[in-house]
Amino acid sequence: MSSEQSLTGCMNAPVLKERGQHEVFCGLTSIIWLHRKMQDAFFLVVGSRTCAHLLQSAAGVMVFAEPRFGTAILEETDLAGMADAQQELERTVEELLSRRTDIRRLFLVGSCPSEVIKLDLATAAEKLSEQYFPKVNVINYSGSGIETTFTQGEDACLEAVIRGLRSSNDEQLVILGALPDIVHDQMLRLLEQLGLKNVSVLPQVRVDDEVSVGSNTHFICAQPFLGASFEEMVRRGAKPIFAPFPFGANGTTAWLKAICDIFGISKETFEAVTDAPRRRAEIAIEKVSKILTGRSLFLFPDSQLEIPLARFLNQECGMKLIEVGSPYIHKQLVGPDLQLLPEGITISEGQDVDKQLDRVFNHMPDLTVCGLGLANPLEAKGLTTKWAIELVFSPIHFYEQAADLASLFARPVNRSEKLKIGRVA
Amino acid sequence: MKLSVWTYEGPPHVGAIRVATGMEKVHLVLHAPQGDTYADLLFTMIERRNHRPPVTYTTFQARDLGSDTAGLFKKACIEAYERFKPELLLVGASCTAELIQDDPGGLAETLGLPIPVVALELPSYQRKENFGADETFFQIVKTLSRPLEKTNEITCNLIGPTALGFRHRDDVLEMTKLLNSMGVTVNVCAPYGATPKDIGLISQAHFNVLMYPETGEMACRYLERTYSQPFTKTVPIGVGAISDFVKEVSEIVKINTSDANTYSQLPWYSASVDSTYLTSKRVFIFGDGTHAMTAARIARDEIGFEVVGLGCFNRELARPMRKFAATFGLDALISDDYLEVEKHIQAIAPELILGTQMERHIGKRLGIPCAVISAPVHVQDFPARYSPQMGPEGANVIFDTWVHPLVMGLEEHLLTMFREDFEFHDEAGPSHHAAHSPGQKNETEIDKVNAVAEDSSENNLIWLKDAEKELRKIPFFVRGKARKNTEKYAQNNGFSEISIETLYEAKAHYAR
Repeated sequence: MSSEQSLTGCMNAPVLKERGQHEVFCGLTSIIWLHRKMQDAFFLVVGSRTCAHLLQSAAGVMVFAEPRFGTAILEETDLAGMADAQQELERTVEELLSRRTDIRRLFLVGSCPSEVIKLDLATAAEKLSEQYFPKVNVINYSGSGIETTFTQGEDACLEAVIRGLRSSNDEQLVILGALPDIVHDQMLRLLEQLGLKNVSVLPQVRVDDEVSVGSNTHFICAQPFLGASFEEMVRRGAKPIFAPFPFGANGTTAWLKAICDIFGISKETFEAVTDAPRRRAEIAIEKVSKILTGRSLFLFPDSQLEIPLARFLNQECGMKLIEVGSPYIHKQLVGPDLQLLPEGITISEGQDVDKQLDRVFNHMPDLTVCGLGLANPLEAKGLTTKWAIELVFSPIHFYEQAADLASLFARPVNRSEKLKIGRVA
Repeated sequence: MKLSVWTYEGPPHVGAIRVATGMEKVHLVLHAPQGDTYADLLFTMIERRNHRPPVTYTTFQARDLGSDTAGLFKKACIEAYERFKPELLLVGASCTAELIQDDPGGLAETLGLPIPVVALELPSYQRKENFGADETFFQIVKTLSRPLEKTNEITCNLIGPTALGFRHRDDVLEMTKLLNSMGVTVNVCAPYGATPKDIGLISQAHFNVLMYPETGEMACRYLERTYSQPFTKTVPIGVGAISDFVKEVSEIVKINTSDANTYSQLPWYSASVDSTYLTSKRVFIFGDGTHAMTAARIARDEIGFEVVGLGCFNRELARPMRKFAATFGLDALISDDYLEVEKHIQAIAPELILGTQMERHIGKRLGIPCAVISAPVHVQDFPARYSPQMGPEGANVIFDTWVHPLVMGLEEHLLTMFREDFEFHDEAGPSHHAAHSPGQKNETEIDKVNAVAEDSSENNLIWLKDAEKELRKIPFFVRGKARKNTEKYAQNNGFSEISIETLYEAKAHYAR
């Protein structure tokens, strides 16, 4: 595949920009995984009944027991006078913190309604932080759908966390992005074997896992949707490392290599550490991805993972790309992956869902990656789909998960071949 | 401002989407930010619908707020009309758009579309999902219905079923069968499956069957006022209610209903000897008002349970619910606060919960079996098989569903008899359940919960070792209650320690 590609791939290809109806989640949705990752944090959305309903619906199933997120639902009385709303918020926080004494970090999360009525959550967070110092740190960010799309909620959260980091001149590596535990541990193991010291990860699992930032900090994103966090790290003086994202054998190798080049890790050490897992991943991908080879793929915009995943599915699984849609394209971050995409495909940013559906029916791809609202309607029309949301919950990064990642896409294709009874809904 | 963890109902615009999605040839343009499109997945994933809900969301963004969100709305209306060619356009705003006050109704009117347009008022900061559905359907009926001659044959309309309703799909079929057996034909079923043209024919029926007061009562009252169409007040869930319903219909349209096919297995299943073990089991019932009240009647009169708690989450039905609960000697619990309901259940320690998916979770946590009787819906509430709640088949389904989570007849006695036996220990749970039975592995959790309750209460009671051991021999589903009663008894009698004696004295004291 790579022989067909030019040096710049899709880096300078025209992007189809669309501004019609977006069929995507808002940033609040990222609370579903962020609260699992940050174990002493509570996410208090200041919003409407819709926000609360979204959080419990987007999780697909209700998370068992009392979760570490909730919604302070604005009511008619809160909308009448602003002074009231601030006091009400303080009362709600007090009610919450007195019941949940295990909470060390409280995120006041802005929503569409709170942004529109210009509820000043930043000042409220400062005030509450002083009030509950040192027990609880209160931080504000916005996950509103008028500003953030789905995974951008994590970006906004991390950006706020970075803003509060202590400055230091220590030479260190910081990795940005919430990863499932198993992947997180594997990553740290690999970096340790490569001889890297002073590695920290944001977001921190617990508030006591202290992370600092400064001019001797190098950082790399493990997720492609962290544009604002990236900018904030740069503003704090940290130096970015660019690489394709660590999906599949090639992505993981390139990502680790970029880090090793900065920290002067020798070629020998690099190969000694990565050769075995890389080969393991390649063999496993080859087995799983046979069914994907030569099939056509269409990705709807969802999480900003689309461009790196398209790179993996094209370069390492042999899929033919038709359209790669992304809610937002941060060219610096996904540039290394864009360069590896073959020319002549459609790259789209934003969405006009009805027009995009016209395009997908026009192409009738072998596999369509899309959100939950679209998947069954497309299946009913004879398309094979993969729900995108699973890609942000599942362990898919690095060598040992490379084949699992391929099999997430292979399974629906496999199912379509197995079922012999039609699919009339 | 109200702190909420889980909610029983969505916002009112979700109710409007339930009506639009249930109908055909209707399109809703909702002024809303992009995040609100999550509502689509409720229908495509939970209900497994094969098409997207007929909704266009304007998905305005922060940058649009300063410029022209009204223009965006008008553009969305025109494009939606041209693409989908609906016979009726609904327009409304979700919570965020309500704040920017663009007036969707007024804007849509200026477009001069060649189809009727219904502007919805959905007060997001006061009302909820059921109100949204009720109001939307009422507005549609008000706009599209017109006076017509009554049909020659005896006909009725089925009013209230919507998309994403709890067993609405199957209730519609079952009610049609029941009414047909009485010689009554269905004129229009709405919103579920109706087109705007059908709504135009609604007034020619002789009467309305109000299936779900939550989503159809406003329309029924309007039709009664405007076209003198009476509506039925009994919701035929359960054997007694079916019989009352048949009587009500025969009185409304003056027909002989002796041929009505109301035969259900429930009476015999309840009377058969195995069901003695169900008698006087203490149940807690919670759901939407309609399902909770019908369930309470079945529980008491048709199975012989003891109803120890009853309530609903929708305030619209608070008044009838309170009145009804009083006939059981109970104060109704009217609350949409999941934590309050949980506390209530913990205090009552029932042997069975008949509730919503929320109570199923509470039951799991407390180790109390639960059967689901009401929305909010879950993917499990849309089974592939036919499983109505209404009519005779509904009564059969209800018997099976409620009995399923319980330990069966003789099995219960065997569990008690052989409780220390390695094969019969109570943690094994009912034999017909797989790994996730309520009793299993949750036992420690119940005890934990109880332990917490113990710590938090100011009683300084000490359980002696023997008494503690004896307590563990009591079947897990009544253990919580036994512990509580014993402690209460000890406290009332000024004991500071609980011995085996105290345990059995308390048992005798509270014997029923």
